Amino acid sequence: MSAGLFRRVLHKPLGLISGIVVILIVGASAFAAVIAPYDPLQQNLAIAKQGPTLMHILGTDSLGRDVLSRLLFGGQESLSGVVEAVVSMLIIAIPLGILAGYVGGMLDRIILRIVDILLSIPGTIITLAVLAIFNNSMFVAMVSVGVLASGAFIRVFRSAALSVRQELYIGAARVAGLGQVRIMANHVLPQIRGVLLVQVTLFSAATLGIQTGLAFLTFGPPPPAPTWGGMVAEGASLIQSDPWLLVPSGGVIAITTLALCLLGDALRDANQERFTLAQLAPQSKQEPVARVGEDDEAVLAPLPDALLSVRGLTVGFGAPGRETTVIQRVDFDVRPGEVVGLVGESGSGKTVTALALLGLLGRNGRITGGSIRLGSDELVGMSNARMREARGARIAMISQEPMVSLDPSFRVGAQIAEAVRAHDRISRAEAAQRTKDLLEAVRLDPAVARRYPHEISGGMAQRVAIAMALAGRPELLIADEPTTALDVTVQADILDLLRNLQAETGMAVVLVSHDWGVVADLCSRAIVMYAGEIVERASIEEIFEAPKHPYTEALLRSNPHGATPGKPLPTIGGAVPAPQQWPVGCHFAARCPLATDDCRRAPIDMVHLDGHRSSRCIRIAELTAERAKVSA
Amino acid sequence: MVRLIVNRLLLSIVLVVISSIAIFLLMSLVPGDPARTILGANATPDSIARLRDQLGLNQPVLVQYGTWLGGVMHGDFGKSVFSGDPVLNLILTRVPVTLSLVLLSTLVIATIGTGLGLLSAVRGGPLGKALDAISLVGLALPSYWVAIVLVALFAVAIRIFPATGYIPLTEDPGGWILSLILPVAALSLGGVTIVAKQMRDSAMDVLERDYIRVLRATGVRERSIVLKHVLRNASLPSLTVVGITVVGALMGAVFVENVFVLPGLGTLVTQATISHDLPVVLGVGVFFTLFVIIVNLVIDLLYGVLNPKVRVQ
Repeated sequence: MSAGLFRRVLHKPLGLISGIVVILIVGASAFAAVIAPYDPLQQNLAIAKQGPTLMHILGTDSLGRDVLSRLLFGGQESLSGVVEAVVSMLIIAIPLGILAGYVGGMLDRIILRIVDILLSIPGTIITLAVLAIFNNSMFVAMVSVGVLASGAFIRVFRSAALSVRQELYIGAARVAGLGQVRIMANHVLPQIRGVLLVQVTLFSAATLGIQTGLAFLTFGPPPPAPTWGGMVAEGASLIQSDPWLLVPSGGVIAITTLALCLLGDALRDANQERFTLAQLAPQSKQEPVARVGEDDEAVLAPLPDALLSVRGLTVGFGAPGRETTVIQRVDFDVRPGEVVGLVGESGSGKTVTALALLGLLGRNGRITGGSIRLGSDELVGMSNARMREARGARIAMISQEPMVSLDPSFRVGAQIAEAVRAHDRISRAEAAQRTKDLLEAVRLDPAVARRYPHEISGGMAQRVAIAMALAGRPELLIADEPTTALDVTVQADILDLLRNLQAETGMAVVLVSHDWGVVADLCSRAIVMYAGEIVERASIEEIFEAPKHPYTEALLRSNPHGATPGKPLPTIGGAVPAPQQWPVGCHFAARCPLATDDCRRAPIDMVHLDGHRSSRCIRIAELTAERAKVSA
Repeated sequence: MVRLIVNRLLLSIVLVVISSIAIFLLMSLVPGDPARTILGANATPDSIARLRDQLGLNQPVLVQYGTWLGGVMHGDFGKSVFSGDPVLNLILTRVPVTLSLVLLSTLVIATIGTGLGLLSAVRGGPLGKALDAISLVGLALPSYWVAIVLVALFAVAIRIFPATGYIPLTEDPGGWILSLILPVAALSLGGVTIVAKQMRDSAMDVLERDYIRVLRATGVRERSIVLKHVLRNASLPSLTVVGITVVGALMGAVFVENVFVLPGLGTLVTQATISHDLPVVLGVGVFFTLFVIIVNLVIDLLYGVLNPKVRVQ
C-alpha cells in the first residue's frame, strides 16, 4: 500500500522534483567526505571573499574556505539535528496518539490535557534553557524540540487512529481475540502510515528552520566547524563587504525547506487520493445535447400580458465550453399576480430553473441559451449591477432551508433592515420601522428582530426569510420548496401566510414543489419538469382531471394525498437520470410503460394541445385510451 | 466570561509550575556541576563554591524549586548570575521592545493576511495562485534570513531604514516606527501568508453558503456581502490561526531581535543562554508563558464577540 503511495507521489511533477531534491541534499551531505572538493576548514586568505569561480563554484568565505565544501559538511550537522528531533517526536507522539485515539475514554482525556499543556509552553525559551543547562549541546536541544512539538502531532495521530478504530476489520480483529497491543501495532499503525509520512516531512521542514536558527544564534558546534545557520550568521556580519555569502547559505536552507514542504503536500494529496479514487464510480462520457430554440415550431407562443416569459432556457454547469447541460428548452410564462407551481422529483431541474431566473447560478453554472423576459427587460446578459437592482425589488426568492438561509452572525432584524436598505434610500430609523412592519406582515412579534438566527425556530426563520424577500416589494416571488424542511404542523401556517401575502400584495408567485397537495392548494397552473425539461404545462384542474404526460400521471398516482387506503402507494420504478446520462430521445422513456422505439429515437418536442396546454409526449392518445380502460 | 478568565489564570499558574519544574529537574539531572558550567573551566574552587551558594545548589532540588517559586509569587525572579541585576528589572526594561515588535506584527498579520485572503477568495484565479506560491516561499524562508536580506536591501543597498537599533516610542514616535518597519516585515511574512491562506479557504466556503445566496437574492450589494457577511463569518476560523501565528511571532522575535540588535526579551534570553545565566532564562520563560496564555485568552474572548452562539449572556 505504501508502495502505491510512493508511486502516486512520483507521478506528480512537484512530488517527483521535491523528492529528488531532498534525496540529493541528504545524500550529498552524508557523503560530504567523498564529494566535497576541499577541506571545509582549509583556509587560504589569498582567495578570501571571492564570489563564484570555476575553482570554487559557490565562492569562498572571509578566510578563503570553500563555501560548497562547508555547506556539504554543515548539512551533516543540520540534517542530523532534524533526524534527532523527528525521532524523539515520533517516540512520544505515535504511542500516545494511537493510545488516545484507539483506547479512548479516560486515557484519551488525560492525554489531551497533556497535549494542551505542551501546546501552551513557549518552546523556544525551553529549548534555550536546555541549551543553557546542557552547555550548548545541540543534541539535547533538538531532542527537546521534538518533545515540545509532540503535542500537535499526538492530536494528528489520535484523530487518524480514531477514524481507523471505526473500521470493520478492526472490530473483526477484536472479535477474533487479537490482543489490543497487537491490534494497535499490526492494524492501526500501518493504516496511519500515510498521515505519518506527511507529518514527518512537514515537521522536518519546520525543524530545519529551528536548527539553523539556533546555529545562527551561535549555539551548537563552535567555529570553525561549518553549520548552515552559522554560515548565514557569517554572511550577516559581512553584509557590507561580501553579501554574496548570504545566498548559498540561505539558499540551501530555503531549498531544503521548500522541497520538504512540497514533498509533504504531494504526500498528503497522494494519501487523500488513495481514499477518494476508490470511491469514485467510473464516469460515463457525456452525450452531446441538442441545441435549443432552433426549431421554432416547438417554442411556445408568447403571452402578450406575461410578467415573466421564459423561452428556450438552457443552463450548463462546469468549465466554459465543456458544460454539462442540466436544464434545457424550458419555456413558460407567468402572468402578473398569478401563482404557478413548478413540480417534479429531486433532480428534475426545478431549483436550477428558479436560480437561473434570479441569475444566481453560482461560480460553475451559467445560462447557455434562451431568454428570460421580466416585464420589458431581458434578464439573460443583463449587467451585474442592473441584475442586482432587479433582485429583491422585482424578483425575490425564499429557499428550502430556512435555518441556513440567515447569516448566523447577525441579528435577524439587521438582516431584514439590510434587505430594506438595499433598495430604499432611507434612514436607519425608517428602515427599523419598515423592518417592524415587515415582521408584523409575516405575523411575527417585532421583538424577534433582536434575536439571532440560532435563537429562533425553523418556522420563524422561514417567516423572517419571507420578510426579507418582501423587503424590496417584488412583483414576482420564487418560493423554492418553502415548507419542505419544516415540521408538518408549521407547513400549513407558512402556506396560509404565503396565500394571504400573495392576495394582499398581488405579486406573482412561482412555487417550486414536489408536493401535489401544496401545489393544488395555492396554484392556478402547474408546470411539470422531468430530467431538465418541461414535460407538461396545464391548469391545476386539467392536470388533476386528465394528465397528458405519463410522468405527470405517475407522479400524481404516487401522491400520498390521493392514495387508496389499504393499498400500497404506487411508486415510479427507477430514478431520474443524472444529466450526464440523459438519453437522446424522451428522458422519461426508461421508466415509461408506454415508451416505444419512436420515443427513444430523437429528442421529443412539446406538443401543443387545446387552450394553453402542452405536453412533451408523442403517445398522448395511448395514454388517454389506457386511462379510459383503467377507469372502465 | 469571568469563569473563562479565571480558568485561564489558573491554567497559567499550572503551566508556569510545570515548565519550571521541568527545567529544575533537568538542572539536577545534568552530569557535573552547573556552577562549573556557568563559570567555565578556568573558575577557581572558591568562586564555584560562592556561586553554588548563591544559586542554592547545595540544597535539595525540591527546596531550590520551592525557594524560586516562592520568590516568583512575590515578584522576585532572583538575580542575574552574570550582572547581579534583579531579573525582574532586566525583563521590565526590555518588555516594551518585544511587545512593540510582536503587537505591530500581529496588526500586520491580521489586517494584511485577512485582506489578501478575502481578496483572493473573491477574485480567485491568478491572485490565488500567486498567494499559494508566495505562501510556500514565506514558509520556507527562515525569518532571520528574511531579516538579513531586508537589511541588505533596505538598510545597506538603499539606505531607507536603520539597519539596527531601537528608538523608544516615548522619545521619537517617527523613529520608533522607522526602527521597527524592517523587523516587523521580517517577522510578519510567514504569518501573513498562513492567515491569508486560511482566510481564503474559509471565505470560499462561506461564499457557497445559502445565506449568501439569500442576501444576493434580496439585492444586497456584493461589496456589503463580502465586507460584512463573508468577512465576519470567515474570520472565525482564521482567528484561531491568527492566535497561533502571534505565538509564533513571539518565538520568531528571539531570532529577529538578534539580527536587528533590538534590546528586547529575545536578545536578553539569547545572551543569558550563551552566558548560562539560568535565573534570567527562567524569568523570560515565565513572561513568555504568560504572554502565550494572554494571547489565547484574547482570542477566546474575540471568538465570543464574533460568534453569537458562544457569546455568554
